Amino acid sequence: MSDIPQDLKFAESHEWVREEGGGLVTVGISDHAQEALGDLVYVEVPDVGAAVTVGDACAVVESVKAASDVYSPVDGEVVAVNEALADAPELINSEPYGEGWIMQVRLADANALDDLLDAEGYANAIADE
Amino acid sequence: MPFIPHTESDVEQMLGAIDAPSIEALFDEIPAELRCGRLDRVPEGMTEMEITRLMHERADADGRPLNFIGAGAYEHHVPAAVWEIVSRGEFYSAYTPYQAEASQGTLQVIYEFQTMMCGLTGLDVSNASLYDGATALAEALLMAVRANRKSKSRRILMPRSVAPVYRQVVETICSTQGLQLVELAYDPATGTTPEAALAEHAGGDITAVVIPHPNFFGCFEAVDQLTDWAHANGALAVALVNPVALALTRAPGEWGAQGVDICCGEGQPLGSPLSSGGPYFGFMTCKQALVRQLPGRIVGRTLDLDGKPGFALTLQAREQHIRRGKATSNICTNQGLLVTAATIHMSILGPAGLQQVARASMANTRKLVDALVELPGVEPVFSGTRFHEAVLRFDQPVRPLIDALGGRGIVGGYALEPVYPELKHCLLVCATETKTDADIDTYVQTLAALMRPASAA
Repeated sequence: MSDIPQDLKFAESHEWVREEGGGLVTVGISDHAQEALGDLVYVEVPDVGAAVTVGDACAVVESVKAASDVYSPVDGEVVAVNEALADAPELINSEPYGEGWIMQVRLADANALDDLLDAEGYANAIADE
Repeated sequence: MPFIPHTESDVEQMLGAIDAPSIEALFDEIPAELRCGRLDRVPEGMTEMEITRLMHERADADGRPLNFIGAGAYEHHVPAAVWEIVSRGEFYSAYTPYQAEASQGTLQVIYEFQTMMCGLTGLDVSNASLYDGATALAEALLMAVRANRKSKSRRILMPRSVAPVYRQVVETICSTQGLQLVELAYDPATGTTPEAALAEHAGGDITAVVIPHPNFFGCFEAVDQLTDWAHANGALAVALVNPVALALTRAPGEWGAQGVDICCGEGQPLGSPLSSGGPYFGFMTCKQALVRQLPGRIVGRTLDLDGKPGFALTLQAREQHIRRGKATSNICTNQGLLVTAATIHMSILGPAGLQQVARASMANTRKLVDALVELPGVEPVFSGTRFHEAVLRFDQPVRPLIDALGGRGIVGGYALEPVYPELKHCLLVCATETKTDADIDTYVQTLAALMRPASAA
């Protein structure tokens, strides 16, 4: 059973979103997603300043098996990226909700998170897979 | 590794296992209007006797001309051992077997090839080859677009001194992907790309600069300045090189302050026969930092479960069979057999041998040019050092001369005017190490007899 923190929002495409206040959110991929991908060997993060919209392929996580797109769960502007992933992509495997975060986004619309799943909704979504 | 076709009973058994009535039925899901149906222009099969006769006739039509044309494909001596070894059953196959458990020998050859190409180009990583030199350049530019994330323009500076067919292939492959090729003029005195041609692009958003060395005219470009200019302007430097010339020139990885980012070129001069234009192979190397954007197959060395060294394909996660439309390349052809030939060719020649080939080719071209410019009505067009090709201007059209030489068993060179209208009456000639002084003399004397005297012009 994978870890699904109660305080996060999720996209069906397996990204999580944490509200940091002031219209800022942190984005990463879920424990379930990192488990399915296997050991990550490379992460391509977006550029700071890039505009992202929901469903955009904004990052790539590469394991020994496959390279998969990470889709932005929100609309906004990338204000920070996790530079540590360049040398330590395995942070996503070990701490998907902590040191393995991917990017911080300034939301274009603070209410936009309403469309995302809560922890229970995401648990149901992956149970159906 | 044997490749045995399926027998009829094999096919029946397999169809039975999946409960399909026929092979044809497996294609049912493709809408009828999308299928091309009968291939009218593909001839019926021929017997071995018929095909042998046809191929002999074709070979006779080619003859064995005395060849002074280069222009992208070069006649070099290939030691007999090269293809003797390549055609051994362990290597000879229409398909490169990659399964690590069954193909350690093949994988090791490719690994050695990659190591040699890294050594020649002075860069960190090499792929297992690409389709040919022109598509390798197109792939290098698509790679530059992926790798140079600071540049948004997809604008590529492409010297006119790059082979015209290469520019056409790049245009065909890259224009549909939003790349914009901006031509750089060459200096009419030197035949190379002057810094002045770059100046107007300074400060603009440029994704990559192509640096041909030697260029299509056989001239050596100012590679250090071009490489440094590219980096100073936020662009990647992409070298397009002749692998034989690399035995004499400084490696692209050492050009300018930082070296080029990507290097590519045509591998034919390394052991592939001219063979009417193909098959040849392209090669590509790059800096370590860009390895994840390098298209094509890459063989790596690793340790097996028992700790013994072994070889396997590596960094496959971005290849077509996994990433599909988002793969680093969807032209996944790698010319395994020609790469095998190149690896054996380079092993037999060694660094000193390859250098000798390059030196002899350069010296023979100089002899040829020196003799030709003695003829009235022939003059060199570009100053400066050249590799094994040179542009000569005649006082009369060159096409009739090429045709007349052809009638006398001599391939006289490449007429430049159709592709460079400003190079009126200009001929691109080449003499590799395969030409003797007597060959050069035959060419010069035959040409002299064919040329219209200036007074009659």
